[in-house]
Amino acid sequence: MSGLLFLIPVALFLGAIGLVGFLWTLRNGQYDDIEGASMRILDTQYDDKPDDSDATDD
Amino acid sequence: MLACCPVDYALNDITEMRQSKGLDWASELVADPSPWVTYDDNGLAQLDILVPEVYCAACIGALESNFKKLKSVKYARLNLTRKRLSIRWDERLNTAHDMMVVLEWLGYHGQPFDASQFNHSLIDNQQKKLLTSLGVAGFAAANVMLLSVSIWSGADEATRNFFHWISALIALPALAYSGQVFFKSAFRALRVGSLNMDVPISLAIILALYISLSETIAGGAHAYFDAAITLVFFLLVGRYLDISMRQRAQSAAEQLMSMLATAATLILPDGSRKSINLNDVKLADHIFVAIGEKIPVDGKIIGGKSDLDNAFLTGESIPETVSIGQVIHAGGINLTGALTLEVTAVGKDTLLADIIRLMEQSERTAAKYVRLADRVAKLYAPIVHILAAVTLLGWMLVGKNFDDSLFIATSVLIITCPCALGLAVPAVQVVASGILLRLGILLKNGEALEKLADIDIVIFDKTGTLTMGQPKLTNGQHITDADIKIAASMAVNSQHPLSQAIVKAATNRGLKFSTNDNVQELVGQGLIDKRSNIKLGNQQFAAAALTNEASNTSGEFYLSVPGKLPIRFKFEDALRPDAKQVVDGFKQAGIDTMILSGDHPAAVKNIADKLQIKNWQASCTPQDKLNWVEQCHKNGKKTFVIGDGTNDAPALTAAYVSMSPGSANDVSQLSADLIFQSQSLKAVYKVWQVAKFSRGLIKQNIGLALGYNAIAVPFAILGFATPFFAAIAMSTSSMIVTLNALRLRLKENSLK
Repeated sequence: MSGLLFLIPVALFLGAIGLVGFLWTLRNGQYDDIEGASMRILDTQYDDKPDDSDATDD
Repeated sequence: MLACCPVDYALNDITEMRQSKGLDWASELVADPSPWVTYDDNGLAQLDILVPEVYCAACIGALESNFKKLKSVKYARLNLTRKRLSIRWDERLNTAHDMMVVLEWLGYHGQPFDASQFNHSLIDNQQKKLLTSLGVAGFAAANVMLLSVSIWSGADEATRNFFHWISALIALPALAYSGQVFFKSAFRALRVGSLNMDVPISLAIILALYISLSETIAGGAHAYFDAAITLVFFLLVGRYLDISMRQRAQSAAEQLMSMLATAATLILPDGSRKSINLNDVKLADHIFVAIGEKIPVDGKIIGGKSDLDNAFLTGESIPETVSIGQVIHAGGINLTGALTLEVTAVGKDTLLADIIRLMEQSERTAAKYVRLADRVAKLYAPIVHILAAVTLLGWMLVGKNFDDSLFIATSVLIITCPCALGLAVPAVQVVASGILLRLGILLKNGEALEKLADIDIVIFDKTGTLTMGQPKLTNGQHITDADIKIAASMAVNSQHPLSQAIVKAATNRGLKFSTNDNVQELVGQGLIDKRSNIKLGNQQFAAAALTNEASNTSGEFYLSVPGKLPIRFKFEDALRPDAKQVVDGFKQAGIDTMILSGDHPAAVKNIADKLQIKNWQASCTPQDKLNWVEQCHKNGKKTFVIGDGTNDAPALTAAYVSMSPGSANDVSQLSADLIFQSQSLKAVYKVWQVAKFSRGLIKQNIGLALGYNAIAVPFAILGFATPFFAAIAMSTSSMIVTLNALRLRLKENSLK
């Protein structure tokens, strides 16, 4: 029982990190051009650094 | 790199590039986009360009990196989903026209448009809101379910109560947030005194929470937190699928809208030319129309002479010769000579506006379609409420106390909640619209797919729909290779469709011919080789001596070589490949077919005979076509109208369902529910097959969802439905309908 008191909040916290992460990607406009994103990954041009004109400043 | 993309150029300075690489050819090809330029806060010019031909990673790279190499460009981003390029640049360094030139030079055709014209933020925001709700509900559902599983597998009482409290802590805020979609909609419906599907859903969620909370406080064994949150999660998935399909349809409509935004070339008093927005054209302005351009306005010709392709406007397949003094209408394509027009009508007074008025009129009279799911919901919601109420009263009558009765009534509401029903329709429609997209068919309207399944009559337009809209040489077997070769070497100099048909016939025979540089085009007459006096053209021009030839239609050319008898070339608008197969397919399925055309009776009869369509009407005005469609509706027949011309637009709007080829005129593409991109007419039949099969699946899915309820509800009414039972039943039925929807994918291969 005492283990649960500790483990459940930990589990919920980890889950919440995932949720916040998802919401962040959503707000950040990362789902605005899904087809484009799937193609950009094939281009070596962004391999060493991410694209500087990010979707956010749209 | 893939073949659709150009190589990486080194662009730095446009002026330098123009000199060194010869950009001038491109600068003449593109229109001036300045009417669509907007400015951002930093004073940078901003232009959105629709680029339909981008497909792959290399396209993105080629466009973005090349634009960014220009010193003036600060921002360039291609959205591949919307096929839209946004550029921001310093206008002191480069003009908007330069940007279009660069695009053209990179090998892409673009259409500038005004992004602010489209209000896509509404659906976008709705979609984002739904995704956020979905994320929250998913997180909560997973955690609560995890706790519930340990309760079901036999946790001791203290642990169970502890887990119930944690579940409540997670479920309450999550539902308060994610459930809003349903609460708001239910509230709206109740306020106007009606019932929709969201009323029982909201009621179930709220009651489930209330019951579970009081159980938790009392330390009871059953709590419905998991059922309530899973329910919301599944329903949100259904909503999300529905809205993403609507968004897809909307961006198709948007692309078409932007195509409408064309410019006109104004001739200023000093003789210089300027590209202006069509809305800014005023009466008595002088407008210049180059060869190959679309006539932008209604106007009187004050300079030049040309042949006009009016197929879109009237359905006539053979071009009309026009000269000074004649009034021509917007929508025709200028084929052989540059024209100067004096604008005689703008805005409301144009022929196009007349047609749009007809469209609006027919739109008002068209019956509103109620979607299948909504029709089911209308019946379903009251039944659910009555059942729950009866259960509550029934148990109280047999002696249970109020709280226990309410608990059972709530479990009835939860069990009957249209989880599977909410997924049944959107799941099928999303799979179907994906299949259509791969077949090259754009669905502009989600209801169209449902409507298509119950059509009774297919009405075709002739020119451009059943036929290719381009004439083809028909008496080729009577003409020798040598003669065709002579004719083709002359015809290759002309844009006239009959000339191009000759060139095509020669190429098809594998003949090699050289371009004859001595050829001069005499507008409205034909082509003449000034050196040898060989003529190719209409009868008066090339074969004036032949008065005995009875037929003097415009669908023919004569080739006269001095000293020889003139040779007749006959043309006809060729049928689309598969047209016969499509018509036969519909006939076999017991669906009537009909042709409504604006072309001459002889031409229509010819096509009708070939396709064995008994029912045809020729020389129809847009109003006539509209009347015929409405006549069909009065006789209780559901029409599927397929047409491509501006003259078809009112009929397309009035139709029960309508479709246009991708080659169609803008206005008719806008009014059609579906658009097919392929050359073959088979798409028309395929889309009907997909619709028919989807309709079957939707009905099966609704049947499955209701069948599951029919089995589960008696258990719930009798009070056997524990939260565990509810969770299993709900997930199973949702999975079954989703898997059933995916069966449509199996069908896809047989359609190709």
